Amino acid sequence: MEPQSNIENRLWDYIDGVCSEEEKSLVEQLIASNQEWKEKYKELLEAHQLMANIELEEPSLRFTRNVMEEIGRHHIAPAAKTYINKRVIWGIGAFFLLSIAGFLIYGIGQIFGSEISAPPVSIDSINLDKINFGKLVNSTYTNIFLMINALLGLVLLDMYLRKKKNNLQEETE
Amino acid sequence: MITAPNDNEIISSVLQGDQARYAELVKRYQNFVFTIALRYAPQREDAEEIAQDVFVKAYRSLADFRGDSKFSTWLYTIVSTTCISFLRKKKLDTRSLDNEQVFEVADNQDSGFRANQVEQKSKLQMVNEAIKRLSPDDAKLITLFYKGEQSLEEISRIMGLEVNTVKVKLHRARQRLKDRMEKHFVQEVRDLMS
Repeated sequence: MEPQSNIENRLWDYIDGVCSEEEKSLVEQLIASNQEWKEKYKELLEAHQLMANIELEEPSLRFTRNVMEEIGRHHIAPAAKTYINKRVIWGIGAFFLLSIAGFLIYGIGQIFGSEISAPPVSIDSINLDKINFGKLVNSTYTNIFLMINALLGLVLLDMYLRKKKNNLQEETE
Repeated sequence: MITAPNDNEIISSVLQGDQARYAELVKRYQNFVFTIALRYAPQREDAEEIAQDVFVKAYRSLADFRGDSKFSTWLYTIVSTTCISFLRKKKLDTRSLDNEQVFEVADNQDSGFRANQVEQKSKLQMVNEAIKRLSPDDAKLITLFYKGEQSLEEISRIMGLEVNTVKVKLHRARQRLKDRMEKHFVQEVRDLMS
């Protein structure tokens, strides 16, 4: 015998119309032939019809006017896609990928050093002690990397503020 | 026969500068938005504040509505996030999803007056009463499904859940509501017999 909860789940799916055609005809057969299924279906259908009739609450009569007064103080913000330039996003992404690739090439160069000319490379030949992490962090390359990032940040901020200024000007005109 | 303009037509007008037409959208959805807000904030003043906030947020972000879903689905997503933010801000008791204690507390809170009132209630009034005793999430789910004209897929988008999770939650919520109503009917019979 099928557990009660399973019967209910299958019946709810049938009532909601979200079951497959095959399942639908199977449930219909069960409702027609099995007393337990028939009673459960009747019970759930009644509950379903009651739930479909639940009442919505109404806000105060002034509600619409309040909202309209409030939005009178606001403006529709420009769509995100208009102020986010995809080229800039792709540019930043490419810059970061190139930076990471650069660091990796630099690191690998340090690991192998002069051994690079001695193929084949075995895992034993990788000596992590040879990497000068201090040099990596304090190097000119890192400083340049940070400078470019700061510059990109300022460019983005400038673009954003300029757009905002233009929008404000358009609205006042 | 004159048909009411659809949501997208109204939105286009508003985006072209006809701000007054936004009132049509407000009127169309205010009852639903307010009802959902009431599920989270039982005080009508708080619920109105939430509902108003929802419509202002929707207005400000209207340009971001791309029309790839129904406007109502997009709006109800804002309702959902605004209600949750409001609760966080006000630190109200959110009452967890499958907390049976919620029902016990609710029963104890109003069992006194219910005994006198219950015989006057119709089944419909009872379902409206019973839904108020559900957890906000259960009540929201049932309201979205039955009154918000949202499919399971759309509800899953609104609530940020998988479709199957929504289905299971909906089954459970309906079961709880059904149990609530059955309890009321039993009580009603008892009251009539005494």
